[in-house]
Amino acid sequence: MSASLATNLAGIHMKTPLMAASGTFGFGEEFTDFVDLNEVGAIVVKGITREPRRGNAGRRIAETPSGMLNCIGLQNPGVDVFLRDILPRIKSFQAPIIVNINGNLIEDYAFLAEILDDSDVAGLEVNISCPNTKHGSMAFGVDPETAAEVTAEVRKRTKLPVIVKLSPNVTDITEIAKAVEAAGADAVSLINTLVGMAIDIRSWRPVLGNVVGGLSGPAVKPVALRMVWQTAQAVKIPVVGMGGISNASDAVEFLLAGAQAVAIGAANFVNPYSMQEIARGLEKYLEARGLNQVNQLVGQIKVER
Amino acid sequence: MRMEKKTKFVEQALILVNELLASGVFRLVVNAPEISARCVPGQFVMVRQPWWTDPFLRRPLSIAGADAKQGTLTLIYRVVGHGTELLESARVGDKLDILGPLGKGFDLSGERLLLIGGGMGLAPLLFAAGRCCPKPVEVLAGGRTGDELFWAGLFGVVCDKVHITTDDGSLGICGTCVDAMPELLRTGAYDGVLTCGPRPMMKRVAEVAGAAGIRTQVSLEEHMACGMGVCLSCTCGASDGGTRQICKDGPVFPAEEVDWT
Repeated sequence: MSASLATNLAGIHMKTPLMAASGTFGFGEEFTDFVDLNEVGAIVVKGITREPRRGNAGRRIAETPSGMLNCIGLQNPGVDVFLRDILPRIKSFQAPIIVNINGNLIEDYAFLAEILDDSDVAGLEVNISCPNTKHGSMAFGVDPETAAEVTAEVRKRTKLPVIVKLSPNVTDITEIAKAVEAAGADAVSLINTLVGMAIDIRSWRPVLGNVVGGLSGPAVKPVALRMVWQTAQAVKIPVVGMGGISNASDAVEFLLAGAQAVAIGAANFVNPYSMQEIARGLEKYLEARGLNQVNQLVGQIKVER
Repeated sequence: MRMEKKTKFVEQALILVNELLASGVFRLVVNAPEISARCVPGQFVMVRQPWWTDPFLRRPLSIAGADAKQGTLTLIYRVVGHGTELLESARVGDKLDILGPLGKGFDLSGERLLLIGGGMGLAPLLFAAGRCCPKPVEVLAGGRTGDELFWAGLFGVVCDKVHITTDDGSLGICGTCVDAMPELLRTGAYDGVLTCGPRPMMKRVAEVAGAAGIRTQVSLEEHMACGMGVCLSCTCGASDGGTRQICKDGPVFPAEEVDWT
């Protein structure tokens, strides 16, 4: 008998604990040649705003050792186009659709929560941690009070599960996690990217058009794992762990650290089969350990000190 | 669930040839039956060596040729950094992890096409020239010096006429591709131009060909992570005020669709 990967994240039933991280999986459709979207735990779609956004000018990515920097700047078609054109196409897949919402102002988040509450989506991921926009987003996520304020406004306007995506660019991520938990978040997801930069030594100019950008990929994994472990101990709501997960072993580490579910991000760019391969690897791992439920791993790290 | 035909593949492709063509430029032939059977000129692949996380990302390479019968794909690359340095050291018998075919290619309709390329932009045009056969096709190839124009030999096999320009005049016409265009357009009776090369060159090519009333397609380039339209690194402006993803909507665009500013 094969092990069950099924899990429940704040009321969202998922066939596997593997979510596609926002901004790395489009709206899912681009991956149908490689991944069965009926078997994916959940799809967190590209960050959505009230109005369409073109994103940042200039070069938007730079490769760094075992990772990458990006400064896309939330390019997206806007919530109206998402609801009218995109959601009807993707809602037929069995994977729950979670919408990553973004704004310059708290009222933008409130607007999006309200308009999406009536739609066929499974949950909201409140992005208060995008490092690549001039206003809003990460500004909300680095202060416990504003983080709580955004969460409370969203909470008031939706019955959907609310997952708040946290920034690692803070002194103590558990403070922010506790603040959003108290404000009504159903779950937290972490980490968003770490702010970094790269310089072209031929031109003496920054490589990225936006000068700084968000670091992701295997390079950030140990930092993400540590933050997930700390946060899982600090809050009672479930934690979605992410940051550099590229294979089943990485996913197991995050689950042991206390993540109820994990998200696969930059690995999707490199290996479009990632979601599927990691699910199979996770099954094999459970079977080899004589376990029949993926939940048997969650938070089971043994720390002796 | 929609039943769409699979269009993109990941193949663990055996390296058959990885040979030096000219200083820093290599010709790579790999066995990739799925991709070689489906790709069209102007499309590209994303390549990585499977056992490394550094470099982390795949490298986009345009397709310089494909033989569906043999199941082989030809890529011509210039060593420009970490990823291509490692590619250079790959040996015959090694495997490459190749994702493709990606993007939209050239429309090869037309009776007499002129292909205008500079530098490594000539690679996808070589594939286009081969696929135009038996229609007559000509190439205008520009380089800095004659050393770079090993391309003349490659195109000589598939083109009726090979026109060469070099910045230093060491081979062919002294000047750039754009300098050579007016004379060619006056006599050539072309009904289409395909161009790939440095962006400023393509902009001028599109202007000159457009002024002569010749339909022009350009192949754009940008840094990208996924090649499949999701990372949104390769966004470019379009003349209609919107945006396009070079990897998915292109890399080939009608020249009039491009916002050159």
